[in-house]
Amino acid sequence: MLNLLKIWRNEKSREIIVQIIVLIIFGWFISWLVGNVSGNFERLGKDLSFEFLFIPAGYDINQYLISYNNRDSHLRAAIVGLLNTGLVAICGIVIATIFGLFLGVLRLSKNWLANRIAYWYVEFTRNVPILLHILLWHGIIINTLPHPKQAIDIFDVSYLTNRGFYIPKPIAESGIELFYLFTVIAIIFAVLFSRYSKKRQELTGKQFPVFWINLMVIIVFPCIALAFNNFPISFSIPELKGFNFRGGLHLSPELIALTFALAIYTAAFIAEIVRAGILAIHKGQREAAESIGLKPDKVMNLVILPQARRVIIPPLTSQYLNLTKNSSLAIAIGYMDLVATLGGISLNQTGREMETMVLVLLIYLCISLSISSLMNWYNYRVKLVDR
Amino acid sequence: MAFDKNNYAPGTHPDLPPPPGTVGVVGWLKNNLFSSLSNSILTLLSMYLLYLLIEGGLSWFVVDAVVNANDKPGCRKIADGACWAVIVKRFDQFIYGFYPLAERWRIDVSFFLLFVAAAPLLYPDIKFRKYMLVFSCLYPFIAFILIKGGLFNLLMIETNLFGGAMLTVIIGVTSIACSLPLGILLALGRQSRLKLVKVISVCFIEFMRGVPLITLLFVASTMLNYFLPPGTNFNLLIRVIIMMTFFSAAYIAEVIRGGIQAIPKGQYEAADAIGLTYWQTTRFITLPQALKISIPGIVNTFIGLYKDTTLVVIIGLLDPLGIGRAALADTKWNGLSTETYLFVAVIFFISCFAMSRYSLWLEKKLSTDHN
Repeated sequence: MLNLLKIWRNEKSREIIVQIIVLIIFGWFISWLVGNVSGNFERLGKDLSFEFLFIPAGYDINQYLISYNNRDSHLRAAIVGLLNTGLVAICGIVIATIFGLFLGVLRLSKNWLANRIAYWYVEFTRNVPILLHILLWHGIIINTLPHPKQAIDIFDVSYLTNRGFYIPKPIAESGIELFYLFTVIAIIFAVLFSRYSKKRQELTGKQFPVFWINLMVIIVFPCIALAFNNFPISFSIPELKGFNFRGGLHLSPELIALTFALAIYTAAFIAEIVRAGILAIHKGQREAAESIGLKPDKVMNLVILPQARRVIIPPLTSQYLNLTKNSSLAIAIGYMDLVATLGGISLNQTGREMETMVLVLLIYLCISLSISSLMNWYNYRVKLVDR
Repeated sequence: MAFDKNNYAPGTHPDLPPPPGTVGVVGWLKNNLFSSLSNSILTLLSMYLLYLLIEGGLSWFVVDAVVNANDKPGCRKIADGACWAVIVKRFDQFIYGFYPLAERWRIDVSFFLLFVAAAPLLYPDIKFRKYMLVFSCLYPFIAFILIKGGLFNLLMIETNLFGGAMLTVIIGVTSIACSLPLGILLALGRQSRLKLVKVISVCFIEFMRGVPLITLLFVASTMLNYFLPPGTNFNLLIRVIIMMTFFSAAYIAEVIRGGIQAIPKGQYEAADAIGLTYWQTTRFITLPQALKISIPGIVNTFIGLYKDTTLVVIIGLLDPLGIGRAALADTKWNGLSTETYLFVAVIFFISCFAMSRYSLWLEKKLSTDHN
């Protein structure tokens, strides 16, 4: 008895005992779950198999980035869904970032009116559930925009209707390769140039107007390529034929509502993150920078932003992740994303709840974990080195 | 004595008024709206935006809006603006769902008692706090009996009649109440020295945070029966509440972990030095400080959870959003989505905004900073 008490009172051995107890309980729980699952499968005459992925899906998807028709497999349908998720996520992230930065700057502005407008925008947007945003915008598009016959006309090339937006579609013709090549070259140049100018600044203190030069290069270079080959690009303009538009690029109401709702919702959070990040920089930093004679934009670019970036980027990444996960609400308005294809119609058609849901969960988990490990790597790289 | 402004003994010069244009309305306008050219342009742009909003919004929302009508064409006959009649006609459903008319007082009573029960938790300075806390502990049982019935001559109500704002509050409050303790345990587990406990906690937290809530709700509605002994069939509402609890517990765990990590190491060393055990340290040193730091984060998670209750509409529960969609599916009100969704949005805005204000208030109150 005394010995047992001794073992219990020794920290090391107690830790081991507790862990063994936890292991037993946890193992029992897992085996209970597995037992239930296999029992239930047996009772229902089902088996665990992923072969259903390779049989024809048999349903249509109204928007696909890779070719797809209803004779393709469930696997391909799932990939189409995943790409649709990616499309919404990327568009949403780009718009949300731009709009969020803009709002964040307004929130910091000394202009009382602009500040208040941005404040109430942020409060109203982020205190309303994202699902409501999505449904609201979807409803506005399909219920209040006009029929194609009375479409809202933008310069005779784009049309807003209750069946979606129709915009001109660029069509590449022969000779476009040079354009692609020049674009790539321009981007490589921009990257190298910003690295060089950063190095030069660190060595000599002299600066280039990097942003403007890069912007010029990225715009002008590809244009030269286009002019060189006599503009090998044409546009398919949407035209009203009968009851609907033909030609052009059709953006479905679902795509627009989802992207827009996700973007404006996330932008409100991004605005607060940007604001908090900039406010987190100690007042002394700004005052010191001003006192050595830096101009306001230099103060921002050389002193505030490099420090604020460290505070801003981690929560920003998790907002991007949230946006991607929130895009799964697409199912509420019938946008065919991963959840709607694999976890929705494929699930219902094959009756394989277990397999489809496990796949959906795993895919989202992979996306989340890879983004968060990237974030950890970044955090590690920019960590303040304490001396 | 002749008035001569240059002829004052030192220290007797009366205070002059501030230069005109630096105080009062004009000064305020100058400083806040027209301090520079770019600022003035921004002001004018904002005013134009506001004008557009008010001009368009007011006529649609109020002036041309119709409150009394029996269907959408009826609305349109009267005016072109918003048709709030859909809300007015179904207002009861938005609040109570399909809860039997004669029994609705039970919801009202439980809702009122919720505030009584929450008061000692939300306002630490309240009088008779000890006695009220006893009531808070009893409240879940009282509310359950009141709402569900089946005891004391109260009519038993099926949960599929629950709906509207009442359902949101039930799911929200229950999940919030259950997820806080679970979140604390997970946070402690993640910081634990016991490797196994740590691994289990990390896996649980990362899994829950890595997948969208809607997929978890699908799991609850389609797959959960596979994991339970054959023949168990338990209520969809409870399954949803369990999933919501797990989901927000994982987020709360991360918030509290942040709080725990922010506590200076000296605190633990001091606790060890005076011979406190692990649980004593946790109870008296770690948690009081960690929870205080993480209050804003916890409230934010709760607001997120509360907003996320709308997702239950996708698996077929009728929260206010679900009631709204049901109204829109009615041919009488077909196409009035903007009105319906805006109304639901306002309900959520009011409650979430109130929660975030409360969090700011509490943060200020608990702050022991010296500035």
